[in-house]
Amino acid sequence: MSLVGTSVPRQEDRPFVTGRGRYLDDIATPGGLHAAFYRSPYAHAGIGAIDLSDALALPGVVAIYTAKDMAQLLPGGDRLSTGLPSSSIAFPLDRPILPADETVFVGEPLVLVVAHSRAEAEDAVEAIDMDLDPLDVAPDLASAVAYDAVPAHRDRPHNRLAQFDFDYGDHAAAFADAAHVVLGRFEIDRGGAHSLEGRGVLAAPDLIDGRLSVWSSTQTPHALKKHLCRLLDMAEDAVSVTAPDLGGGFGPKLVTYPEEIAIAAAARALGRPVRWVEDRREHFLSACQERAQLWDTEMALDADGRILGLRGTLLHDHGAWTARGLNVPYASGMMLPLMYEVPSYHLDITVAVTNRVPVTPVRGAGQPQATYVMERLLDAAARATGLTRDEIRRRNLVGPERMPCPRPLLLRSGLPVVLDSGDYPATQQSALDACDWAGFDARRAAARADGKRLGIGLANYVEGTGRGPYETVTVRVARDGRIKVNTGAAAMGQGVGTVLSQIVASHLGSDPARVDLTLGDTAEPYGFGGFNSRQTVVAGASAEAAAQVVRKKVLTVAAHLLGLPEDSLEIDGDRVTVAGSNSGRSLTLAEIAGAAEGLPGYQLPGIDSPGLMATERVVIDGMAFANGCLVAEVEVDAETGLVRVLRLELAHDCGQMVNPVMVDGQIMGGLAHGLGNALCEKMVFDSENQPLTGTFADYLMVTSAEMPPVGVSHSETPSPLNALGLKGVGESGVIPTAAAIASAVEDALSDLGVTISTAPLTPAALRAAIVAAKEART
Amino acid sequence: MTDKTAITLTVNGSDHHIACAPRKTLADALREDCGLTGTHLGCEHGVCGACTITVNDAPVRSCLMFAVQAEGGDIRTVEGLAKGDDLSPLQQFFIDEHALQCGYCTPGFLMLIEGTLRQTPDISEDELDEILSSNLCRCTGYRNILRAARRALDHARTTTPEPAA
Repeated sequence: MSLVGTSVPRQEDRPFVTGRGRYLDDIATPGGLHAAFYRSPYAHAGIGAIDLSDALALPGVVAIYTAKDMAQLLPGGDRLSTGLPSSSIAFPLDRPILPADETVFVGEPLVLVVAHSRAEAEDAVEAIDMDLDPLDVAPDLASAVAYDAVPAHRDRPHNRLAQFDFDYGDHAAAFADAAHVVLGRFEIDRGGAHSLEGRGVLAAPDLIDGRLSVWSSTQTPHALKKHLCRLLDMAEDAVSVTAPDLGGGFGPKLVTYPEEIAIAAAARALGRPVRWVEDRREHFLSACQERAQLWDTEMALDADGRILGLRGTLLHDHGAWTARGLNVPYASGMMLPLMYEVPSYHLDITVAVTNRVPVTPVRGAGQPQATYVMERLLDAAARATGLTRDEIRRRNLVGPERMPCPRPLLLRSGLPVVLDSGDYPATQQSALDACDWAGFDARRAAARADGKRLGIGLANYVEGTGRGPYETVTVRVARDGRIKVNTGAAAMGQGVGTVLSQIVASHLGSDPARVDLTLGDTAEPYGFGGFNSRQTVVAGASAEAAAQVVRKKVLTVAAHLLGLPEDSLEIDGDRVTVAGSNSGRSLTLAEIAGAAEGLPGYQLPGIDSPGLMATERVVIDGMAFANGCLVAEVEVDAETGLVRVLRLELAHDCGQMVNPVMVDGQIMGGLAHGLGNALCEKMVFDSENQPLTGTFADYLMVTSAEMPPVGVSHSETPSPLNALGLKGVGESGVIPTAAAIASAVEDALSDLGVTISTAPLTPAALRAAIVAAKEART
Repeated sequence: MTDKTAITLTVNGSDHHIACAPRKTLADALREDCGLTGTHLGCEHGVCGACTITVNDAPVRSCLMFAVQAEGGDIRTVEGLAKGDDLSPLQQFFIDEHALQCGYCTPGFLMLIEGTLRQTPDISEDELDEILSSNLCRCTGYRNILRAARRALDHARTTTPEPAA
């Protein structure tokens, strides 16, 4: 019986509600040492003399490593090359483990202190005397790419790391022939991921066999292992990396960080376990961030409101180092026209190096920004053409009859983008119906009579999920009859273990409690981990395939032992029974596994190769595109600029759902994050690029008080790209939220002529927009 | 400030005789000296509430309290909620309502609700909702946590609280 599509309870929950989760800092290492980093207080500075004498004299200090010391411990090189390849990149910006001559963002780790306790290590950090010679910085994103801009790295010629474009169709003709042209300049600010557990790493050398065991709160243990082997010049089988329970990931934990390498190097040098656990201040200063982009765009439409062309520029904040590559701005540019019929498109993208924390994907990864821009332009187009906001979208959405629909765009691999399946107009209609869009005018009028100002808005979106090429899954029936699943897929809090156990158990007895998982398994040589809403899709596909192979072997062996045809047997719980028979003839999975191992001198029981085991790496090159439509209803206080979200209705399609309750959980969390991006989460920097938001008291995340009632409805259009028809969902909720809120706020203020073009829309920002609109009218 | 002081912490009904520096927070002492790692640290500046425990039934941020201040108090942590293998109703409500994902903020929410309902079993639903806004969660979007908390409130209203073990 298939368990795919049923909300089986999560395997993960019981330890978590009883305090028995095992997060990075819960791993005890008696006699282990603790680390703290001296971090740059300047956004840009030359590094001069370092005096460690006071720090070394403090109690509990074991060792202090500067860049020079660290380089001695790294025979394979002292830089992290974590960027994805791209021919557009003008110059390399691989991160140093510890920089020697120049620091390029506030919070960059410069010196590592190891002591008997974290408190003693921090005391020593305070006592380090370092000559830092502040250098100029470009004060904001736009000025960073001016031709006279100060380079963020003094040995680089400028800050234009990459310039590339998306281009198809005849956009010049489209704009020349247009009945309507709408344009907008959009600014989206930086925010963080803020998993409640920060990053952290623990490295323990084995003094007897020379092996190094590393635990890290990472989404990609395989990537960390590769970097450790290279930089420490250690053999693959001499290093193990384990991701323990993760207290959330949300993107930044997908890249390997200098801290992870430095701690492993120090542990190896000292011959003792060393741990570093990121505190919240460090997360604000040094965990990767995202979202900051500046867009100048225009849209050409014919008299009927059909899009003729889209063009413009995107300036993307890359941060100070290349910690992942161009994938975020690439995703933005690819996403902008993706789900609408856009016959011509030209977008020039400039990727700017800035003296700020490196930028890598945060839940959504460039897609929320593109959705914001496209949906804002469509609202402007509705005004220009006199169509309603839902109608202009209806006229331009890619229709279901076009699926699978190749787009004139390329994935970063160079393969064409194909929208795999979905009914976007129907999804929009579901969301409109769920919130009684047609009845809103009456609600607005009633509220207005009470002195309240309501608005409603919508945003359509697609989410690229299931990034390939594959994830490894091994399924094995162990001697005790339990089902073992080992995979490179890594748990990051979303419940991927439960999902995989459902898929595997569906073929092997239908009891997910009989499945034991090893996630993020670096004993397996090939694997990736958690990012890009990929694991349910790609690991799910491999789990499905591997489980089917093992099922076949189980039945073959059982048929041989029982002397019955395979097709008369079924697997039920821990045993194989005769279908529809009460003969009582059955074998346990343990008995079958024992027989399948073989006996010296005897033939295998009906099988060609021993054991009940299969490893699969199903290769999926295309991306599965989930889609949705979010409608938001808001109340706006025009005097203070405060926005209260009254209600969210999301219509959603992520193909076949494996566990619907968990799908809704992913969506709800994404929506909360999206509300933060829409209304309050903003990294504020001063003109020296000094972060001014370094605590949860000044960087505001959504709490339960701001979270409105949410309705979620699903349709399930299977993806043709994998056997189960799965699509990912992890980033879905976050993508449309800022766009839908902006649409609703603009609607609430339509009589004041306010246009919304920034996110987050803090009360101060909205109030400024209201004042500006008023001044423009007078 | 770094010299250690001998103190006794009474956690979940058991005495822990520990030596710790006066500057050590209660959260660190619970985790490092008492071996109770169910209490998590999310911000260490008193905003996120992941480290919430109860002291004399009051929910407190254990990152904002020194260990030495808690001597003599009745300290309760997430490890004390279940009785053996039997989950408390509140823990079961969290599972039933899918009120957790990564689980890192969960002990703080559990102890916030536990302490609140012990102190104020007749609290209104709106007041309970407001109290829940004092902790942060990045995974769930909160609505399922509110549902679990409301079920715990209903349960508290209809049953006599058992004295803590």
